[in-house]
Amino acid sequence: MPRYNGFLVYKLVWENLKHRPVRTLLSSLAIGLGVTMMLTLVGVGEGMLRDQEARTRGVGADIIIRPSGSSAIGITPPNINEKLVAWAMEQPHVAQATGVVIYPLGGVSTVHGVDFEALTKMSDGFTFLEGRPFQVGAQEAVIDEYYAKEKKLHTGSIVKMLNRDWRVAGVFRGGKLTRMMLPKTLLQDVTANTGKVSVIYVKLDSPARTAEVIAHLKQTLTDYPIYSMDELASQFSVNSIPELKTFIGVVMTLSVLFGFLVVFLAMYTAILERTREIGILKALGAGQGYVLGILLRETVLLAVIGSLMGIGMSYATRWLIATFIPASMTQAIVYHWWPIASAITLGGALLGVMYPAIKAARQDALESLSYD
Amino acid sequence: MTEPIIGIRDLRKTFRSGEVDVHALRGVDLAVERGEFLAVVGPSGSGKSTLFHILGGLTPPTSGTVLIDGQDLMKMSDSDRTRLRKTSVGFVFQKYNLLPTLTVGDNIEIARDIAHRKGPFDQQFREVLDVLGIANKLDRKPRQLSGGEQQRVAIARSIVNHPAILLADEPTGNLDTENSTAVLDLLRDLNRRLGQTILMITHNPEAAAFADRIVHMRDGQLHAS
Ligand SMILES: Nc1ncnc2c1ncn2[C@@H]1O[C@H](COP(=O)(O)OP(=O)(O)OP(=O)(O)O)[C@@H](O)[C@H]1O
Ligand SMILES: [Mg+2]
Repeated sequence: MPRYNGFLVYKLVWENLKHRPVRTLLSSLAIGLGVTMMLTLVGVGEGMLRDQEARTRGVGADIIIRPSGSSAIGITPPNINEKLVAWAMEQPHVAQATGVVIYPLGGVSTVHGVDFEALTKMSDGFTFLEGRPFQVGAQEAVIDEYYAKEKKLHTGSIVKMLNRDWRVAGVFRGGKLTRMMLPKTLLQDVTANTGKVSVIYVKLDSPARTAEVIAHLKQTLTDYPIYSMDELASQFSVNSIPELKTFIGVVMTLSVLFGFLVVFLAMYTAILERTREIGILKALGAGQGYVLGILLRETVLLAVIGSLMGIGMSYATRWLIATFIPASMTQAIVYHWWPIASAITLGGALLGVMYPAIKAARQDALESLSYD
Repeated sequence: MTEPIIGIRDLRKTFRSGEVDVHALRGVDLAVERGEFLAVVGPSGSGKSTLFHILGGLTPPTSGTVLIDGQDLMKMSDSDRTRLRKTSVGFVFQKYNLLPTLTVGDNIEIARDIAHRKGPFDQQFREVLDVLGIANKLDRKPRQLSGGEQQRVAIARSIVNHPAILLADEPTGNLDTENSTAVLDLLRDLNRRLGQTILMITHNPEAAAFADRIVHMRDGQLHAS
């Protein structure tokens, strides 16, 4: 096998890229967009799951009781009889229990009805950045800082929901249960769910007894899914959301296709433009491997530049999300996806350069050296 | 007498273009001694370039015998011819054929890179660069040089790997009289100084006069003068 000095070839590749700066910039930008798409999607998926996990843990419960027939995560209509809350409180080692109503508002948005006093106790207190908790029975809501920022709401603002006007009583520091809470009883009455809750959060006098208490609760609540907080937290993963996995797959495929097309076009025009240079190299004794090597290196370099730009742009999308829609989305920077996204894009790029590179390698030296 | 560096007997080359066969070479016989400077003249379309392309391994012969430095071109595969271009033959064309994005120095280096040669230029080649007058222009890009200077770079590049033969196809075709004379002087100097075997195609009788020997190509056959 021939062995190449290498350095000079990289120099040639680099000079070629510099020779057409706009082509180089646009190609790598387009390659980078594929990387950004993947990183942003994965980052949003991861960010939102982590955020949801943190908020769920922020409740301060050790055990969660869900309605029979429901999955671990996802929206649950209120159909647990509220009497179960009082019953749970009486069980051994239970320090506190509180029921929460989750009511869907359409789409993925929900509103939570809570017993604020009980929730405060369970979660070691809320910090209010503005205003105060809602008063029981009043048509008031409390919202977290992200919701306030995204919707530009303050204490005293009016939120329209369920055909009613709700006054914002206060804005709390995020990270607890959800972004907007209403008085539980009022939400139950307004939505015709009086006496029913969606989830029961249970706090123990000693977290070490979690398994023991769950086993005890299951003896009575035979067909209710009952989870420890750790079990529930482990459910907040991409694997438990098949739609997200599918979507990531789609975006990965699109990125490969994107890289393929961009590189195909860019390198195809590049070799047409360089017919003469390729002829010169061949006249100097360069074999197919040498010509192939140049174009492959050029493609790898384009993909590397593109990936770096793509990673940079994923920070830009994170900033945009955090600035304009902090309540609807959270984007995490998922480092271990950097090499994955880059490799996927490189794969597409290498597929794209195949045809142009083979065409160039097979090009007849004479064809391009024939005078005019 | 030693064996000639180029030995050609009854060389034929037929191009098939569409339905018609073009007989570019119709039985060429030629022997070139080591260290000879040969000029090939003849009318346009007579087959001069075709002969050079075969000698340089850019295209295979149709029939006949072609020996270069003991290697039989008739028996060569594509990759054998690539190796021939890499090790045994240097080309200079009418157009200067430098890579525009590389500096003059790197244009010369890449010929060495392709031939897997490393390290700094040897003393002999440094002298050649001085004689060619490009030793102080190695960092420039080709477009910053005159046509004559570019052609001198192409000559330097063609001999950097010490090829057995240097094939120059109308090397002065694009140059004015002054630059032509300079390039021709240099070719003769390389021939005298290094004993470089040179074959040169030219339309210009004055250019041909620089060579040791002149052969005429007519209708795909060679004739001594
Ligand atoms: N690739 C090719 N396909 C078909 N015909 C060709 C090809 N190359 C050369 N020919 C033909 O072969 C003949 C010889 O061409 P060649 O280029 O060798 O002439 P030449 O003597 O170099 O002419 P000039 O002085 O104009 O350069 C011409 O008739 C030409 O048209
Ligand atoms: Mg010709």
